[in-house]
Amino acid sequence: MAKLESKVPSGPLADKWRKHKSEIKLVNPANKRKYEVIVVGAGLAGSSAASSLADLGYRVKCFVFHDSPRRAHSIAAQGGINAAKNYQNDGDSVYRLFYDTIKGGDYRSREANVHRLAEVSVNIIDQCVAQGVPFAREYGGLLANRSFGGAQVSRTFYARGQTGQQLLLGAYSALMRTVGAGTVQLFPQSEMLDLVIVDGQAKGIIVRNLVTGEIQRHAADSVVLATGGYGNVFNLSTYARGSNATAIWRAYKRGACFANPCYTQIHPTCIPVSGDYQSKLTLMSESLRNDGRIWVPKQAADRLKNPNEIPEDQRDYYLERMYPAFGNLCPRDIASRAAKRVCDEGRGVGTSGLGVYLDFSDAISRLGEAGVRERYGNLFDIYHEITAENAYQVPMRIFPAVHYTMGGLWVDYNLMSNVPGLFVLGEANFSDHGANRLGASALMQGLADGYFVIPYTIGDYLATQRPGSRPSVEGAAFGEAEANVTAITRRLLENRGREPVSHFHKRLGKILWEFCGMARNRAGLEQALQQIPALREEFWQNVRVPGSADSLNQSLEQAGRVADFLELGELLCLDALTREESCGGHFREEHQHPDGECKRDDEAFMHAAAWEYQGAGQKPLRNVEPLAYEFVKPSTRSYK
Amino acid sequence: MVAENTTQPISLTLRVWRQAGPNEPGAFVEYRSANLNPAMSFLEMLDVVNDELTIKGEEPIAFAHDCREGICGTCSCTINGKPHGPGTGIATCQLYVRSFRDGDVVTVEPFRARAFPVIKDLITDRSAFDKIQAAGGFITARTGSAPDANATPVPKPDADLAMDAASCISCGACVAACKNASAMLFVAAKVSHLGLLPQGQAERDRRVLAMVRTMDELGFGNCTNYYECSAACPKLISHDFIARMNRDYLKAMFRSSLSPESASGAGGGA
Repeated sequence: MAKLESKVPSGPLADKWRKHKSEIKLVNPANKRKYEVIVVGAGLAGSSAASSLADLGYRVKCFVFHDSPRRAHSIAAQGGINAAKNYQNDGDSVYRLFYDTIKGGDYRSREANVHRLAEVSVNIIDQCVAQGVPFAREYGGLLANRSFGGAQVSRTFYARGQTGQQLLLGAYSALMRTVGAGTVQLFPQSEMLDLVIVDGQAKGIIVRNLVTGEIQRHAADSVVLATGGYGNVFNLSTYARGSNATAIWRAYKRGACFANPCYTQIHPTCIPVSGDYQSKLTLMSESLRNDGRIWVPKQAADRLKNPNEIPEDQRDYYLERMYPAFGNLCPRDIASRAAKRVCDEGRGVGTSGLGVYLDFSDAISRLGEAGVRERYGNLFDIYHEITAENAYQVPMRIFPAVHYTMGGLWVDYNLMSNVPGLFVLGEANFSDHGANRLGASALMQGLADGYFVIPYTIGDYLATQRPGSRPSVEGAAFGEAEANVTAITRRLLENRGREPVSHFHKRLGKILWEFCGMARNRAGLEQALQQIPALREEFWQNVRVPGSADSLNQSLEQAGRVADFLELGELLCLDALTREESCGGHFREEHQHPDGECKRDDEAFMHAAAWEYQGAGQKPLRNVEPLAYEFVKPSTRSYK
Repeated sequence: MVAENTTQPISLTLRVWRQAGPNEPGAFVEYRSANLNPAMSFLEMLDVVNDELTIKGEEPIAFAHDCREGICGTCSCTINGKPHGPGTGIATCQLYVRSFRDGDVVTVEPFRARAFPVIKDLITDRSAFDKIQAAGGFITARTGSAPDANATPVPKPDADLAMDAASCISCGACVAACKNASAMLFVAAKVSHLGLLPQGQAERDRRVLAMVRTMDELGFGNCTNYYECSAACPKLISHDFIARMNRDYLKAMFRSSLSPESASGAGGGA
């Protein structure tokens, strides 16, 4: 059984991080260059970690499956990044950001981690501005802010609707500076396919060069995974097509515990599905809910009518009605479920009946069309490109879609997994968002982990490793891991099936969306747990992967990733079935209050569930890390 | 009800560049793509073609793509002779089948430029852009050393203009559109973004000199003011930034000739 030691420091909440930084081990500057660190992934967390570690003096190798680190999917985040700067003088503080995040996560995250996140949020904005991130400014030249869901202050910094892009370009520029200086060695188009464990510690990876097909072994003193979330297990999502779980899944199969896989975020404002061929769902930023009003007709009979002809008194602004205190800015899980509920009642709009209106007519009367264009113009343009509709004239149609995964590899306060030497950052870990993430908090966490946590905490591990004790890539563990990778590749290519990979990915996505999406129940999850292994078996009998292993082969890349999703999907459902409560994004229909809100069971489930791999075909072991709430009293989350 | 574009399915003939590897000969191959929903994206159409090829036992078309929402800059097809195809201010992934008429013949090629060699089919190697960035496309701000973010106000017009330049997605359409295969718009966007901000002043001269020199070394051509780059740019980045960079470059050259030290770090990368 895995040992889950959270290593949360003792003492008052607000002092823990400061105290910890003063007490953890240091590596002296002359020794730092003797250590090699592998960073996998170059999104916000990976890029910021790689450049910060290199600036400290460590030798860093950074691996990314994209052709350039700047293409990682952090780039697509639209709305903003939270920070407790209180520049608006509206009463914000580190404590309030901490409290909003803990409450937003429905009391399923670790207090100490979340407080640290809120503390370093202010440093992130400073760091990004110093790098030249062109955040929105007021006429006086100071930074502008806006509001996001789950908060009653304006603490979100933004760069038009392209905040993720600008933050990533900042982190990427720092990374490329260190690449130019020779302190980071960059390996683009290189996909990690296995983790190498030597004497119980993470000491290397096996990668495939996606252009030449060459399988390479890389040894290091420590391995950092910053490979993002696993939402593409649902096939249709707001993730990039290439986003995948292969690095964290293969680390799981080498012993790293996977925590809370059932905590998935369904974002309320995405463009609805239009057909079977669909490859991706596009998000409409949550920032739109600052000025847009969400509604459906009161009468199901009106759902296909021209919305502009439905009179005011026949519209149900259901979020404003149900959650008057937060209205359209209630948290994502709540807004998504409310949309599902009104659609289940037959009031969903559009031909599919799976849509609700996001209406800007009030904002246009208040600010004028130009005012709305200034704030959201690029989002209206995206909407128009995809739907050919003009949202200045007719309300947008939106529907929830898979957007983020709060679960991920289990890590301690140092962001180290239960495998010594293996660190996990950003969306790939489970640490900060509990059962639901608030908007504008993913960018904050990615950069917090990379710029301001790992540079300190990795030293605490490396100081225990003798300089120069890095194993040789000729060792048995590397040979075994490479053989494992080669065997998977060969099995995929030699399979004599008939169906393309996408066929299985789509079917897996449908099972998960139906039985483990916005609402879950025992019978459905049990059905999914029958169907997924059957689909997996069918995949291995009937998938066809053309091409060869020794050149660029996108079918092969995709096949490996979907093979992993077919395993992960099962764990997701198993976790959802075992967690007999509702919390945040995990809504079990059996566990709800009379008004349809989540009913937590703090007695039985105030813990992180960290699943431990037990071998192929074996049921994984469910380890538990109790969550002790010392400073905040968990209550029923209310946004009314 | 709201228009949902329930127009009739259409059929297209695709002429697609197929090239097995960097040193292999390439050629156009025709594929018939029938029964396409006009609301489908261009890349989703290629997905469908690829699935059909896979089922037939042929090798699918390799094409670069990732975010499919116009921001990562991975997708890079020249469609009917135009980088990112018909349409203004969009990347290939934001092109929809409704942009074509039933029966159209659509030619699909990789971005063509000496500095972007073909890797396979429609995929090219654009790592030259990363090399230009590594040469100077940054503000050196070691983690943890930053002053308070509001310590230096930035006039809103400067911040807005910097953001216009910073919206570049590094796709390379500007290079593919230019008859000289020049990367001036890309480099100008980077140089202008950082040079417009007070934080970017310390390295301003060094940055522009190093980035331009690296651009030249990597085999990109010169700018002869055709401005095809801006027209093809999915973010409609203005060619005015090229003029701005030229001014920066001249000033930096002049200053470095007066005081050789001021440019001594150029190209050093850190």
